[in-house]
Parts: sequence; structure tokens; C-alpha cells
Amino acid sequence: MLLRPTLEQFEVHFATTHPDLPRRAGITEATILPDCNQDQPLNSLRCLLAAARLVFRLRPDVVISTGAAPGLFCVLMGRLTGARTLWIDSIANAEQLSLCGKLSRWMSTRCLTQWEHLADNDRPGYAGNLL
Amino acid sequence: MILVTVGMQLGFDRLIRAVDELAPDLVMPVVAQTGKGTYKARNIRTLESISPSEFDGMIKQTSLIVAHAGIGTVLTAQRFGKPLVLFPRRASFGEHRNDHQLATVGQLDGRPGIVVAYEESDLRDAILRGLATEMKGVAEETAARRERLTSAVDRFIRTGNL
Repeated sequence: MLLRPTLEQFEVHFATTHPDLPRRAGITEATILPDCNQDQPLNSLRCLLAAARLVFRLRPDVVISTGAAPGLFCVLMGRLTGARTLWIDSIANAEQLSLCGKLSRWMSTRCLTQWEHLADNDRPGYAGNLL
Repeated sequence: MILVTVGMQLGFDRLIRAVDELAPDLVMPVVAQTGKGTYKARNIRTLESISPSEFDGMIKQTSLIVAHAGIGTVLTAQRFGKPLVLFPRRASFGEHRNDHQLATVGQLDGRPGIVVAYEESDLRDAILRGLATEMKGVAEETAARRERLTSAVDRFIRTGNL
């Protein structure tokens, strides 16, 4: 949500896994994706399909994810539809990049860590943080 | 008052107990959000959870936040411009799956507005230092780091470069 003013200069659509988040922020048009993690193959498949439906329907020019598997699926689908994709690894990962962050190094157009000491030749790069 | 918070998911009795034992020496009341902890505090007011809107109301009357090293708490302290004492959860005490909170405080130690207490015995000093912290200028410094990331995102959207 700290990126919201930047994003809202453009035509933007938000997707998240929790309906409370957009509600609290007063966003009515958000897409709610099924939550999933690496231990839940069925939920992951559901989420992947929902991400595919969303990205193929909207055909965004840019996909930006701030983390976790649902975001990674959107990045992947973005790649398939020719979108420019950016992964911003969560500030919570101070010790190492998240698993999805590591995968995003191969999938996203660019990826960023929010910790300078984790940056590695621009994959991930470091460009400041939200903290 | 001093507000202690350990996040919504896990208890953190080691922190609550340490603050409870210090509380009689502190010059102001302490309220603690304890999560699923089992320790029964004697000197401080405890609540298992605090709703977000209640929390925002309480934080305005707070002089210092003492907390586990959760990023959500760091962001909240920053949003309200409050000094923060961080006490990391340790895997060896069964307080979290791994020691990522130790890594987090390692990175945040020394930032203006943040004091780190690594052990229970550090907490008294950390709280006193936290209460004496001058928060002027801290927000501007955060805004500069944030601005670097938001302008990189802006550039990426427009040009593909960060």
C-alpha cells in the first residue's frame, strides 16, 4: 500500500489473497486470489488458474508483485502474455531471498530485494526500501 | 504509556515476563498485547489481541513501543513516528521456526528511532534509551529511502529500467 500513490498514476488493478486488505484501503475493484503455499499442491493449482484467468483477461502492460506464490504466478502469466514484470521481495526477508524471490530471478523481467546486502548483480538488485 | 506487542500469531512469554518484571521501575504504565502466551503478568495490563483500529488509537498515546522484531510492527512504529525497542524471537527458545528476527534486528540496529535488546538483561537499558530517543528528522530519513524505491518502480513502469 505504500506504493499505491506511485501505482495510481497509471491504470492499476490490485490482486491479493485477503478480502480485508482492499476493503480497509477502500479499493473496490480488487481481485481476490486463493491463497496457497508450496505445501498445498491443490490450492496452488487453483491459484495458478485464477492468476492465469486474471492476467489473460486484463492483459496488463506491467505486472508488479510484492511477494508470495500468488504474486509469482501473476508474474509468470505476465511473462507469457508479454508484460514487463517486476518482483519486489518482501522487507521481511532480511536473511535471504524468499523461495518465490529466488524463482522470480528466473521468471521476472527484473527483481529487487529491499536489503542492500542481499543484492547480487541486479538479480536481485537493490533500489531502496519501504522501511 | 509503553505499549508492548508480540504480533497476532505466536506468544512471546520471554518478552512479556521480562517487561512485567521491569514494570515497577518504569515511570509509566505498560500495556501488553500478548498473543497466545501463557505467562500471567502481575504488574502490567495484558490483552491477548488488539483490533487494528483500537491499536491505532492506543498507539497515539504511546511514548514507546517494545516489540518482537516483526516487520509489521516496525512499519507501524514508523507510521506513527514512535521510538521502538526490538527484542528478537529466538528459534532456540521455540519462539519461531528460525532466527530470521535476529537477522532483521542485525540490519535495523543503529537506525534512528530503533533500539535493539538482544537479551532480557539488555531490556532495561534499551527501554530507557528508547524513551529518551529524539524522533525529529527520523521520518525524513525514512522518506528518502522510500522515495528511492517508489521512483524506481515509477521508472520501471514507464521505461522498463529501474
